Amino acid sequence: MHPVRNPQLNDDGELQHLLTLEGLPREVIGRILDTAVPFVSIAERDVKKVPLLRGKTVFNLFFENSTRTRTTFEIAAKRLSADVINLNIGVSSTTKGETLLDTIDNLVAMNADMFIVRHGQSGAPHLIAQHLSAGRRSHIHVVNAGDGRHQHPTQGLLDLFTIRHYKRDFRELTVAIVGDVLHSRVARSLIHGLTTLGTAEVRVIGPQTLLPTAVESLGVQVFRDMHEGLAGCDVVVMLRLQSERMKGSLLPSSGEFFKHYGLTAEKLRLAKPDAIVMHPGPMNRGVEIDSAVADGSHSVILPQVTFGIAVRMAVMSILAGN
Amino acid sequence: MRIEIRDGRLVDPANAVDGRTTLYIEGGKVAAVGEAPRGWRAERLLDAGGLVVCPGLIDVSARLREPGLEHKATLESEMTAALAGGVTSLACPPDTDPPLDEPGLVEMLKHRARSLHGAHVYPIGALTVGLKGEAITEMGELSEAGCVAFSQADAVLGDTQVLLRALQYAGSFGYAVWLRPQDATLARGGVAHDGEVATRLGLSAIPSFAETVALDTIFELVRATGVRVHLARLSTHEGVARVRQAKKQGLPITCDVAIHHVHLCDVDIGWFNANCHLVPPLRGTRDRQALRAGLADGTIDLICSDHAPVDDDAKQLPFAEAEPGATGLELLLPLTLKWAQEERLALSAALARVTVAPARVLGLSSGHLGIGAEADVCMFDPLAPWRVEPSALRSQGKNTPFLGFELSGRVRYTLVGGQVAYEL
Amino acid sequence: MPVSLPDAESVLERLAGRMRGAIAHDAKLVGIYSGGAWLAERLARMIPGEHPVGYIDVSFYRDDYAERGLRANPATTSLPFEVGSSRIVLVDDVLYTGRSVRAAINELFDYGRPQAIELAVLIDRGGRELPIDATYVGERLAVAHDASVVLKRSEDGRLALSLEKAGDAPRA
Repeated sequence: MHPVRNPQLNDDGELQHLLTLEGLPREVIGRILDTAVPFVSIAERDVKKVPLLRGKTVFNLFFENSTRTRTTFEIAAKRLSADVINLNIGVSSTTKGETLLDTIDNLVAMNADMFIVRHGQSGAPHLIAQHLSAGRRSHIHVVNAGDGRHQHPTQGLLDLFTIRHYKRDFRELTVAIVGDVLHSRVARSLIHGLTTLGTAEVRVIGPQTLLPTAVESLGVQVFRDMHEGLAGCDVVVMLRLQSERMKGSLLPSSGEFFKHYGLTAEKLRLAKPDAIVMHPGPMNRGVEIDSAVADGSHSVILPQVTFGIAVRMAVMSILAGN
Repeated sequence: MRIEIRDGRLVDPANAVDGRTTLYIEGGKVAAVGEAPRGWRAERLLDAGGLVVCPGLIDVSARLREPGLEHKATLESEMTAALAGGVTSLACPPDTDPPLDEPGLVEMLKHRARSLHGAHVYPIGALTVGLKGEAITEMGELSEAGCVAFSQADAVLGDTQVLLRALQYAGSFGYAVWLRPQDATLARGGVAHDGEVATRLGLSAIPSFAETVALDTIFELVRATGVRVHLARLSTHEGVARVRQAKKQGLPITCDVAIHHVHLCDVDIGWFNANCHLVPPLRGTRDRQALRAGLADGTIDLICSDHAPVDDDAKQLPFAEAEPGATGLELLLPLTLKWAQEERLALSAALARVTVAPARVLGLSSGHLGIGAEADVCMFDPLAPWRVEPSALRSQGKNTPFLGFELSGRVRYTLVGGQVAYEL
Repeated sequence: MPVSLPDAESVLERLAGRMRGAIAHDAKLVGIYSGGAWLAERLARMIPGEHPVGYIDVSFYRDDYAERGLRANPATTSLPFEVGSSRIVLVDDVLYTGRSVRAAINELFDYGRPQAIELAVLIDRGGRELPIDATYVGERLAVAHDASVVLKRSEDGRLALSLEKAGDAPRA
């Protein structure tokens, strides 16, 4: 029977997997963010390791290439003293002949304790998590490192951590998310995280072709005009525009996109004077964001990376202890 | 063989019969109803106390997977499944491997099916060669071989001019054409209904207007050619409204809905349940409501199972990669009963949608139990509960969104041509 | 069998007395969160001389992570001095099994190689499970197995000891 309870939590309500920020209780999100705080300072020590995951094997299972994300997870796991194995299954496993679940079963037989999974299809980490609980292997944890357009929960968490670091109380904030929301797992995760934490207003800004149907049902205000959408914002999150989008019939050109939806210093002035600018990376300078802004005083893009390692360490250490 | 089916509740919608009575069968036909024929001596007596006795169900869309797709299912397993579901006649779509675009393949299929002494199999022939949507098939030859209609199954027919020509050709000979109302390009790449659920789950979406744009095109072509078209698998409320209007205008169209869409909607996908990956996709609650209303007022003529057995390997994949389809032959009856109960419909009206209506659309003389009718009979216990589990299903396809459900309605006996072909 | 607990402030006075003149003149006081942290702060004011204070959270070095998981809301270790070649006095409220101190020592070594480490505790209740001993002790107490000795700090900064049921509280 298809499970109806939240597959992320075990029977005691503890976090078993991190698959999505949707439906994750605010206490759980809060705990992850609080736990990440001490991990930030570990990075400043000489010995950047703590022994929490010593003896544990973490498999980085990347079905979609991403050196950045894979590297930050690898660093995070190693700083927890885990053994890390990287598996780059760049092409679909079906062309190899082995199904996704067969791959998982084989790795489980090699004593895997945790899977960090990035996959091109929405729902792949859920499928893996269900497969593991059906086989009563609940001591193995799954972390979604990005599935199709669905979610990128650790990115959402590090974005929340960043905002909390600079801005404190979500209930007073106006946050704008700009760009290709339709295809963005980062946007979906962040929107759910922000609404769960009671953010005053969450806005999405983009052209019709890049906004999903019924996006308002996620609890956001929709703006097609960037000037209107940025007015009075505390946080501006720029999404990456993938060049493939320019080839389809979704957008005429990157130049046109930059004109209407790119972040320039002039447009940033419409936001609050102490607004912060974020970007999940990697940036397309001159497409979604001007270099001057990316390197400017409002930008917290580099701190996001540092916080990303700490947040992932927090996620893995909470999961592995449950 | 003389068979007496005693004291069952005979429900024969075509002849407006619904009451406790006895059915007498001889020589493969219904010999009498109520009173025994003179000199009657039964060779076999079936006690139908507590059972409903109705015409064998007619399922207009059941994939048997032969030829070519035997790793998913075989004629043996699926014919058994049909009988276990009380289905005595079924039409199978042409998307086998190779597709049913040659008379030889059709003859072989019919021959194989006949040798198994199960349900009557009515193949639907391919509308275009190889289902490629380019060249029309030899419909005359295929019709002679036994095809009852022509369709593209789920294959794309993007070229409207080819569609027009195919309809004109079919129309010249009075053949029926079955079409799925789904615009090829608008539905391209989509796996779920374009709405809140697809947005939340990050699934590529198929908008409702992929169906309505296709319906509008089909209606225009029907107006131009006068060809009988059956619309296979309606899914949207806008679609139901358009069909209602088109029928009012007198267009020669009929349509059906798959039993899954009568019960489920996109929310049932839950946490990416691949068993809910279906074509057309499960839509919203408003669409489900409209489909039910359409069935009740006759806008939608009939319900089918859209039976499509899928092997486990093809289902245990991320949602978008999983093969669409669900097993349905054994669920058509209990799910129809469930729908009837929920909508407080008379049993006779509900059963009409899976007996007399499909017979009419397929042009069959079966689907009723009047005197002289072919004795295709389904005898079921409407109250018997059972749990939908792989072990309870005879079909080789064990994947259905209803896994784990408790349903009521179990077939006890199925007779085909006056012979007991299945008993529980 | 109720144990009468001593007054924390008096015990602290006694502990400070034992440390005055005994600890190195450049010793750093590192308090183990949270009771040890309060004590380290107070001791720095009570003992003459320049004694920088640091705070250590041992959540990431505990040996019961596998059974109990990660403790909620770990605090941030903050050691505002060079650990390498420092003389350090670790400060904790209650010394029991010795496991917290073991974790603290391991953590300190990930910051650098101290010249020497001494241990100062307010209460030593015995029951050691590791070969660890305190250099400076405020008072020794015998406490039942199922009880926990807890140091509390009131709003005005006054310290007090209380007895609680052991329950899920991690054992120091």
